[in-house]
Amino acid sequence: MRTYIVKRILISIVILFFVTLIIYTLMRCLPGSYVETMAMQLATAPGSKPYEEWIAQLNAAYGLDLPIMQGYFQWLGEFLRGNFGDSWKFTVPVITQFKKVIGVSFIMGAISLVLELVIAIPLGIIAATKQYSKTDYAISAAALAGISLPTFFFATLLKLIFAVKLGWFDTHGLVGRNFAQLTTSGQILDMAHHLVLPIVTLTVISVGSLMRYTRTNMLEVLNADYIRTARAKGVSEHKVIYQHAFRNTLIPLVTIVGGSLPGLFSGALITETIFSIPGIGFTSYQAMTAGDIPFTMFYLTFIAILTLAGNLLSDILYGVVDPRVRLA
Amino acid sequence: MENEKLTNKAAESNEENYSLNDDRRVKVLSPGALVAKRFFRNRLAVMGLIMLAAMFLFSFLGGLLMPYGQAEQFYTYTSMKKEYVGVTRNEDLRYAVADDQEFGMILQAQFMLAYGKGVDTFSYKDVDYTITQEGEDLYSIGTADGTLLAIAYKDIVNTADGMPDPSFTVKFEALKAFTNGKSSFTADGAEYTLDAEGNILSGGTEIGYISRFVVAPKENGVVITRDFKERLEEALATDDPEFVYTGPDGEENTYYISYDGGTKVWSVKQETRTYVYDKYGRPSKAHPLGTDNNGMDMLVRLMYGGRVSLLIGFIVVFIETFLGVIMGGISGYFGGWVDNLIMRLVDIFYCIPSMPIIIILGATMDNMQVDPQIRMLYLMLILGFLGWAGIARLVRGQILSLREQEFMTATEACGISVSRRIFRHLIPNVIPQLIVTCTMSLGSTIITEATLSFLGIGVKFPFASWGNIISDVNNSFVMTNYWFIWIPAGICLMIAVLGFNFVGDGLRDAFDPKMKR
Repeated sequence: MRTYIVKRILISIVILFFVTLIIYTLMRCLPGSYVETMAMQLATAPGSKPYEEWIAQLNAAYGLDLPIMQGYFQWLGEFLRGNFGDSWKFTVPVITQFKKVIGVSFIMGAISLVLELVIAIPLGIIAATKQYSKTDYAISAAALAGISLPTFFFATLLKLIFAVKLGWFDTHGLVGRNFAQLTTSGQILDMAHHLVLPIVTLTVISVGSLMRYTRTNMLEVLNADYIRTARAKGVSEHKVIYQHAFRNTLIPLVTIVGGSLPGLFSGALITETIFSIPGIGFTSYQAMTAGDIPFTMFYLTFIAILTLAGNLLSDILYGVVDPRVRLA
Repeated sequence: MENEKLTNKAAESNEENYSLNDDRRVKVLSPGALVAKRFFRNRLAVMGLIMLAAMFLFSFLGGLLMPYGQAEQFYTYTSMKKEYVGVTRNEDLRYAVADDQEFGMILQAQFMLAYGKGVDTFSYKDVDYTITQEGEDLYSIGTADGTLLAIAYKDIVNTADGMPDPSFTVKFEALKAFTNGKSSFTADGAEYTLDAEGNILSGGTEIGYISRFVVAPKENGVVITRDFKERLEEALATDDPEFVYTGPDGEENTYYISYDGGTKVWSVKQETRTYVYDKYGRPSKAHPLGTDNNGMDMLVRLMYGGRVSLLIGFIVVFIETFLGVIMGGISGYFGGWVDNLIMRLVDIFYCIPSMPIIIILGATMDNMQVDPQIRMLYLMLILGFLGWAGIARLVRGQILSLREQEFMTATEACGISVSRRIFRHLIPNVIPQLIVTCTMSLGSTIITEATLSFLGIGVKFPFASWGNIISDVNNSFVMTNYWFIWIPAGICLMIAVLGFNFVGDGLRDAFDPKMKR
């Protein structure tokens, strides 16, 4: 087990190296970057230096004058030493900006994950136990509809209905207009109020796949021999489903939920952007469109690490939860 | 009727003719037919198929049937109040200098001082000047020896259209007559008459008119006719907020007068009917879903948008599958270090956050102002190139497990060639899984493309896609007021994606031999 984990981590590090290298090369090769835009602006000022001089100066200032490979290793060295650089777009150290916005994203992700679990697992089990009934069809159709809903369309619909027509929520932002005047508990409530629509969006969009996953696995378990044995010896249907079948359904569920835990930190790019929630997704979107290399590199590396961590976690959990599985 | 009965009878008799252990008594279905049978039993899958068929017909046939093109713009008349003229009542003294005389700024200032004090003489540089009030708000300034230098006045002498400017004497005499309420005067030896409206007539022809109002056009190229001015003054005198005036070319317009006390200006707005793009036109018979921001028919945009969205979906999935099958196939069949290498490559591609990468590339293409058509091509290539890893993994897994099965050993034992083994025996067994994955990923690709277009970094104008139609809601006024712009596009998007998911799901169940139905 330990050797397996060590091996996986080593492989992950190699993968991470190449992923960051690819991303860095890509970011460096792209024309129309932040520096070029800035040089263009500076060069138009009256009496200013020509564009070429500006760009040379700015490239040197931002450390872009090194060749790509050298630049990458410099970046990597700084990154490993915990120095993530300063964000160009937000003009603060990357880590400061990151700390400022990660909290909201995590809270949003965590609440919607809990809601997903609470909704998806019972419904998935009901759909599986009543396979091909009207309930099953309804639940399956709803799950697929959730998967098929484009996030941005659903979010806009929610905004139109609940924020514009009914006026229950604000359309944008994390805090209300009178946020500064509120007491601490009032501020928390205000933020919670603003997070309702984004969390509903996130939950509805992602609940479907978990529901289907539960249903598929439950169906597989229900077809297993030991379930037939349990029924044959006269165990009550309730007990068959909730003690024998459900426990075995939990195996894949635990692994997939465990694997998605690191993803809680990755933020919801589209949802946050549409609702202007200052989370990591929205922030990184702004950084990416502005060509902010330090922040984007940090964010993408962070996401890559989270993906790898999620895969590793779910594989390990699989071995932990299911004694039949041996990790090697 | 008769025919049907006959065939029925024939069928019955056929069945009776077979012996009990005849194979033909057992209905044999090919595996494909079995899959189809299972598929069509699944109600959701059939519904998905219908939805997809509807969307395809809508997008590909609808565009041909509609009379409009995708970038055809429609126009409409709209009435707009445009600032036409500004009217001020002249409250400043103006000066007219007599022929061959000087009356410069300094003398004007000196005159103003004297005028303000109410005295009728002033001197400047040892020269004395006298001021004579000739009428209401009309003064003449002369030197002590009686030469007339200039006049100061508030009522303005305007030249009639097409007439030469009146001379100083005419001006002076006309003003004198006007301010004193006389109806005729002589100047330069000619007779002139003044009518009640202030027109100066010379033997029946109008050479000019006197008015206290200054009318200035707000736009270049607007000629204010005397006729219009008169009508306007009439309206001002009666405090009418609006009046109708028929221009010389017979065009009838309504004018609205508003007075601004702060600047003491009456502004006159002309209501004109302009021919403009039918922007956000409400649904009507000609345009069942209204028109968009550019005056294009929404329904047609929706159809062409569907083409783009569906085509992009198909091409991207084709690229993904092509790359995935080749890489996965090589990796699974050959194994060893090739497998290891390709799988690590797959790991890397799995790990690259694709959405951020596409956003970055999209923003770059924005910066470079890539042609929309080429951009669409890039988009497909990028999406396809970033998405093959999943399919490669699937194909490899399938091939690895199939390779160990008895039928593959049998093909080897029979001496079947490698290429035949791969293409006749291995690949067909992977295809069911592949079809399911492709169908599902068609749906998700369409969503990805729509999301990118929504963010403004996918398909760009003039091409329509369901995503960039919805992106109009970034303008919150459109979101709240013009539901017909974005809700239909969202519904189309949902139906198409839902259709792919239903069909993919149905296919998965149908291909699965463990499913009992």
